[in-house]
Amino acid sequence: MKTRKNILTKRTEEIAIRNLFGFFAFLSVLLLGLILVFLFREGLPLFKQISVADFLFGTAWYPTYDPPEYGIWPLIVGSLVVTFFACLIAVPLGFLSAVYIAEIAPAGIKEILKSVIELLAGLPSVVLGFFGMVIVGPWLQETFDLPTGLNIANAAVMLAIMAIPTISSLSEDALYAVPREFKEASYALGATRYETIIRVVVPAALSGISTAVILGMARAIGETMVVLMVAGGAAAVPGGIFDAVRPMTASIAAEMGEAPFRSGHYHALFATGIVLFVITLAFNLIADTISNRFRETGSGTL
Amino acid sequence: MNGKTFESSMRSRYFKQRLFFGAVRLSALVITLALLGILAYILDNGFRAVTWEFITQPPTDSMTKGGIMPAIVGTLYLTVGAILVALPLGVVSAIFLTEYAKQGALTRIIRIGVNCLAGVPSVVFGLFGLGFFVVFLKFGSSILAGALTLGILILPTIIGAAEEALKAVPQTFREASLALGVSKWNTIFRIVLPSALPGILTGAILGVGRAAGETAPIMFTAAAFFTAVLPKSIFDEVMALPYHIYVLATAGTHIEETRPLQYGTVLVLIALVLGIDLIAIIMRSMFRRNKRW
Repeated sequence: MKTRKNILTKRTEEIAIRNLFGFFAFLSVLLLGLILVFLFREGLPLFKQISVADFLFGTAWYPTYDPPEYGIWPLIVGSLVVTFFACLIAVPLGFLSAVYIAEIAPAGIKEILKSVIELLAGLPSVVLGFFGMVIVGPWLQETFDLPTGLNIANAAVMLAIMAIPTISSLSEDALYAVPREFKEASYALGATRYETIIRVVVPAALSGISTAVILGMARAIGETMVVLMVAGGAAAVPGGIFDAVRPMTASIAAEMGEAPFRSGHYHALFATGIVLFVITLAFNLIADTISNRFRETGSGTL
Repeated sequence: MNGKTFESSMRSRYFKQRLFFGAVRLSALVITLALLGILAYILDNGFRAVTWEFITQPPTDSMTKGGIMPAIVGTLYLTVGAILVALPLGVVSAIFLTEYAKQGALTRIIRIGVNCLAGVPSVVFGLFGLGFFVVFLKFGSSILAGALTLGILILPTIIGAAEEALKAVPQTFREASLALGVSKWNTIFRIVLPSALPGILTGAILGVGRAAGETAPIMFTAAAFFTAVLPKSIFDEVMALPYHIYVLATAGTHIEETRPLQYGTVLVLIALVLGIDLIAIIMRSMFRRNKRW
């Protein structure tokens, strides 16, 4: 009798623990929701003053003027432009370095390179921003004879350094996941290593590599300190890669300290945060969908 | 096929290969040089500024002289606070995901949630911290608000690392324990968790490194421009190394004058963050080598 009771309490105990742990695991989802709730709570009051369309597509960002103007189009363009140019640098470098690590490098070099990528990922963004300010900026200014070295080009280079580790390490994982038999079959048909990599391994890993690129882009678009310090800060739609821009993240970080509590400006910055959150969330969901479909196919159906 | 065209076709195929391998090696070299260049430059300029006084004294003369002691202390408080929040939560989440959860809608939602949380921009965490901890819960700009914000930021990192560590524990360990009649919870607590501990700690250390270097999340939630005194409670504002770098490099009229201070602060931050990362990397390779299974 006693043992049965013991077993029963033990079972309820087990179920209780399971549910408790499940709750804590679910907390990540709740936190994501909570973030959205509080962005909306502080951001939505803006739309009593202006319409959503005027906010998103208005070309004038003069939040401290009287009357203030809260058009974030230049900020959105700023974010997209620096991200685009950063990807032009980071995608080839990240992808090729991943191919090198996964397929070509000898064991010793491979370990070193993996540590290099990891350390690069660990560099605080404020340090990269600082480096861009004191080294890349003056160099650009002198070399191209510009009024300022703090511009799109500078931000793109520094952002690329931030995105490379993400792209490289995730692509590397995708390349490793390609079954060995694929390569062996290709070699057996007389293909060179290059042909095997380009025609067999990379296509098989393509969804993983796409995920890597998308997450790298998400990282670049959400990066704050680098663009805050080196993008130049001009809230205008740029005309060339040596123009200064003010991406959304930079605008939020630079102005939140000065915006009076719950003023239009304060609400506008939170609303910008909503836009940023939605964009990166979309990137992450796309990446998740691609990588999930990839997992469901596997070697049998490739 | 006659021999000549075959030979020339092979030659062109291998030429392409050499070209590609060249590009691939070059990209690895560029990345390595970028890292070394940045580190060498910071080391070279920072060493001159970093003295014992620099590390142990507060800033003086409206932050144009003196040291960075309050910023070092502030960063330590924030980072320790963040890990206190994220480590228990992250480990419990990882245990649920690897040991309890079955493939299904709930697990899928949790996974998507964790992935999306990992992708939220750091400045959005800052906004959330401001809206929730500072304003709604009335913590004010404080160590508490900053540590909680940073804790949520590194939570996905910790979950990921802990999950990997738990998955690496062989299934036979669990089976042997369960076969002896040990309950599931006791199996996890006594067998699985101790085996996974080194991996979990490595992940925690990487999380610490990440938290110590973040600037945007603490700008509106914890970081003070300048405080000469050390914080007395968790409701006080603190200086922090990353924010201090930003302030010195961008604000005020003494930007050029305070360059040495900036280099010094950057060096201290890098030494802290990369030192932490390096410890984690070394620990991990040591555990891999000494694995009992």
